[in-house]
Amino acid sequence: MYTFEYQLPKTLADAAKALASTGGKPLAGGQSLVAAMKLRLAQPGTLVDLRGISELAGIRKEGDALVIGAMTRHADVANSAVVKGAIPALAVLADGIGDRQVRNMGTLGGSIANNDPAADWPAAVVACNATVQTNKRKIAAGDFFKGMYETALGADEIITAVSFPIPKKAAYAKFPNPASRFALVGVFVAQLADGSVRAAVTGAAPAVFRAAPIETALAKSFTPDAAKAVKVDAKGLNNDLHGSAAYRAHLVSVMAGRAVAAAG
Amino acid sequence: MGAIESGFIGQSVRRKEDARFLLGAGQYTDDVTLPNQTHAYFLRSPHAHAKIRGIDTGKAKKAPGVIAVYTSADLEGVNGLPCGWLITDVDGTPMKEPPHPVLAKGKARYVGDHVALVIAETQNQAKDAAELIDVDYEVLPAVVNVVDALKPGAPQIHDEAPGNKCYTWAIGDKSAVDAAFAKAAHVTKLDIVNNRLVPNAIEPRAAVATYSRADDSYTLYVANQNPHVERLLMTAFVLGLPEHKVRVIAPDVGGGFGSKIYLYAEETAMVWASKRVNRPIKWAAERSESFLSDAHGRDHVTHAELALDKDGKFLALRVHTTANMGAYLSTFASCIPTILYATLLAGQYTTPVVYCEVTAAFTNTAPVDAYRGAGRPEATYVIERIVHQAGAEMGIPQDEIRRRNFIRTFPYQTPVALLYDTGGYDACLDEAMRIADVKGFAARKSDAAKRGKLRGLGYAAYIEACGIAPSNVAGSLGARAGLFEAGEVRVHPTGSVTVFTGSHSHGQGHETTFAQVVATRLGIPIENVDVVHGDTGRVLFGMGTYGSRSLAVGGTAIVKALDKVIAKGKKIAAHLLEAAESDIEFKDGKFTVAGTDRSKAFGEISLAAYVPHNYPLDKLEPGLNETAFYDPTNFTFPAGTHICEVEVDPDTGVVSIVSFSACDDFGNIINPMIVEGQVHGGLCQGIGQAMLEHCIYDSESGQLLTGSLMDYALPRADDVPSFKVETKVTPCTHNPLGAKGCGEAGAIGSPPALMNAVMDALSSVGVTHLDMPASPHRVWQAIQSARA
Ligand SMILES: Cc1cc2nc3c(=O)[nH]c(=O)nc-3n(C[C@H](O)[C@H](O)[C@H](O)COP(=O)(O)OP(=O)(O)OC[C@H]3O[C@@H](n4cnc5c(N)ncnc54)[C@H](O)[C@@H]3O)c2cc1C
Repeated sequence: MYTFEYQLPKTLADAAKALASTGGKPLAGGQSLVAAMKLRLAQPGTLVDLRGISELAGIRKEGDALVIGAMTRHADVANSAVVKGAIPALAVLADGIGDRQVRNMGTLGGSIANNDPAADWPAAVVACNATVQTNKRKIAAGDFFKGMYETALGADEIITAVSFPIPKKAAYAKFPNPASRFALVGVFVAQLADGSVRAAVTGAAPAVFRAAPIETALAKSFTPDAAKAVKVDAKGLNNDLHGSAAYRAHLVSVMAGRAVAAAG
Repeated sequence: MGAIESGFIGQSVRRKEDARFLLGAGQYTDDVTLPNQTHAYFLRSPHAHAKIRGIDTGKAKKAPGVIAVYTSADLEGVNGLPCGWLITDVDGTPMKEPPHPVLAKGKARYVGDHVALVIAETQNQAKDAAELIDVDYEVLPAVVNVVDALKPGAPQIHDEAPGNKCYTWAIGDKSAVDAAFAKAAHVTKLDIVNNRLVPNAIEPRAAVATYSRADDSYTLYVANQNPHVERLLMTAFVLGLPEHKVRVIAPDVGGGFGSKIYLYAEETAMVWASKRVNRPIKWAAERSESFLSDAHGRDHVTHAELALDKDGKFLALRVHTTANMGAYLSTFASCIPTILYATLLAGQYTTPVVYCEVTAAFTNTAPVDAYRGAGRPEATYVIERIVHQAGAEMGIPQDEIRRRNFIRTFPYQTPVALLYDTGGYDACLDEAMRIADVKGFAARKSDAAKRGKLRGLGYAAYIEACGIAPSNVAGSLGARAGLFEAGEVRVHPTGSVTVFTGSHSHGQGHETTFAQVVATRLGIPIENVDVVHGDTGRVLFGMGTYGSRSLAVGGTAIVKALDKVIAKGKKIAAHLLEAAESDIEFKDGKFTVAGTDRSKAFGEISLAAYVPHNYPLDKLEPGLNETAFYDPTNFTFPAGTHICEVEVDPDTGVVSIVSFSACDDFGNIINPMIVEGQVHGGLCQGIGQAMLEHCIYDSESGQLLTGSLMDYALPRADDVPSFKVETKVTPCTHNPLGAKGCGEAGAIGSPPALMNAVMDALSSVGVTHLDMPASPHRVWQAIQSARA
């Protein structure tokens, strides 16, 4: 690890100021950032720890939406009665992230800011058509995730919360990479309040994406067989030692089918 | 030889060492912190194959906190790392042994090869400085696959090894084998790869080296399985230091699996440097360094053919294996795919003739050496997969084809040099089939089919050679060291005992098992026995722990020392009891005059030995401290049958292990709980190899693609089922404990049992070939190509 400065602001405004003046990086659970620093792959001059800002954590219902604070830990989502009541799929998703230690530290905000191609949260954010709230603006899910490890966030922009409109039905099915247990392919399907269907896929491509043919099929018939019958195009999908593009394409249909089955 | 059957033997005594581990009071190498300590960091080659045109350390030397920077140019008078086993080529010449420099000299030959050593006040400063070292590399084409390395035109790695060949070696009667094939009713052919593995002990390698000006001596703390061997190799072969000036301490060690047998560059360079900087130096590998630089395991490419008569009797086995040595010969690399592999190819079977040829070659990868099982898993994998395939091809049930070929009379001389002393293969097969509920399999299979799943059952009847080894036999086969073991039993005046053993425990529980043997034999409470290991300054000598040898060889050395203690105790007792020595019996901790109630307790005898007031000083030395060296007369032959049942999900290729049953014959068992733990651990590692683990280098760049646990899949608790483990006993005939060894069996039997189960499951969809690991991706692909 390279040496770095550390700040622990108490308010969102102070955190934004610290980021702007130092050019540093926000620190959430540290589960991605600190690991990268240990490997000397990341070299922030200053870490601005968000843990002291109480308004960033917490889970609440706001009208027809479930709002989860950026600093809410995966474990808190997994165990939340509010989440289980509103969108149980999110609790299941959070409970399937990493291991207990990771879930006790890692946060929703950190996960989507990091936008790892195999992270679980981006699939939920996109499929639920959620809105990412920052200290500056509101960003629609479709505009937030830009590419591998890339988001719409500006340098001193801090995610404050994510607002998930509560869907009619939703479920997440993850096929874990046998080594990392990140998603080799993860599919989040949601039937939104307006009846439209979204199927967001993580792990299969450089960034989260919506599987249009699956959505079309599910719009006609929201059944496991309908999803499973779709032949997904392997073009543009990841092809690496853990799985060929063809295998991932196949798993998208299989996992979509399993998600639909779980959504009930 | 007194029988050892009562007392603590056969009891699942709780592990004495666990108190300190559970309380966090263990002392691992990285826990050793010496006053004025410095930190080492090794700059490693980022290239698989590159000429080193120059190294500029100027800036690094001036960096904050830096004490010294060394490269190969500084290591004047330091020799290369030795290989401990000479293999002779079929053409009569010795194997090619290119230099294995402590720091890369002229060329880097794998990603991770040590290029420079930086010593600084802190670890971070050493790392920072390493980034300032300017190495002028000329990148060369690399070759990582062993078959490719032997092709004409492959990149040449060492000038000393033309065509990258280390040796071609053979065993067995080739013409007899060829003749048998000519008469065969059926021939089964198999091409398989034994996948390369990275050991991954929980504790990474670590070392602390320190020099004392006071007496010109060195102390090395190192995570190692055999400190005396480490010292011998380092002093005599590499650094030219007198052995008595170097103390090697291998304190608590968090797993080894073979990877900590070897003499590595890191600790060697550190011992050398500790005198130059005149301060202690610490280094502990990070996990990514372990991936790059620990000796890897397996990596065989094999073609095998089995000749059978019309009834499924094996007539002959013919095997050709190409073995990857990596970039340099590690300490025991050369003997693994030869002596520890091909000699096991008879398996449990009466195959009358076997021929095996092995070609070993260099590649631009980390050195490959022994890993849990070392050669024997590779042999078992070849035999049991080809037997499975032969059974499937000829329509003979898997248990039946094995039974038709089992060895049943002992001692049995195999056609590949080994002499099996004893065994009972039917008993293990029967028991494994019982606990696996083979009878119920057909019903379970059809039930699974209704759910769209494919079930399979796989057998592996393995044998291994342990208790390594009769030194003269090993010597005649090329070993450059003895393979005996040493032990010392120090009885203290008040009757408590410290045992010193040359075996080393890095998870095996010797402190308990050996104490059980000693407490039973001396009839004293187990609390009164402590076992010391892992320190050349305290233990007389030792060859260390590997090859499941500790109890059979190290334990026997202790028994021999105990015999001497008891013999001397009888002399003392005879004097005190005014009886003839021949009338003294020792039992239950008492020396008794036969047929009387006159006796002396063990503690009274030890006290007399150290307070020799009433003592035969004219005939007998005072004290009660005995040592013994034991050199075995034969290998031991643990064997058993493992049966695995799997269910394959054809939609995803996921293989689920429904049940895993193992019945092993380890000879006499001292502590069943510890043995079961060893079996469980071995099974997990074998299942890891068969389902998950695969070390992959990029074929173009030579980069390690599976360089972390994000890409290299180690088994987790939920990857394995709750094991069903049983044992059967045929005591080893040539050591007093009747023990054979249990440390590796799990990792030997499980890969073929699992793969045979997968092959059985996939046979219904037409899959005929699959290599390890049976990962979801590969299984799915195999199903797709079979369907295509
Ligand atoms: C062993 C292990 C297993 C894992 N397995 C999984 C898995 O199965 N699935 C999965 O999805 N993830 C997994 N993860 C990743 C985990 O979910 C991380 O917690 C997550 O990716 C990052 O969250 P964090 O809170 O730790 O963020 P940090 O590591 O602290 O930060 C990550 C990045 O986000 C930025 N950032 C953090 N918070 C904010 C904010 N509020 N606003 C703007 N930028 C911010 C940081 O500056 C940094 O660039 C795993 C991690 C580990 C170590």
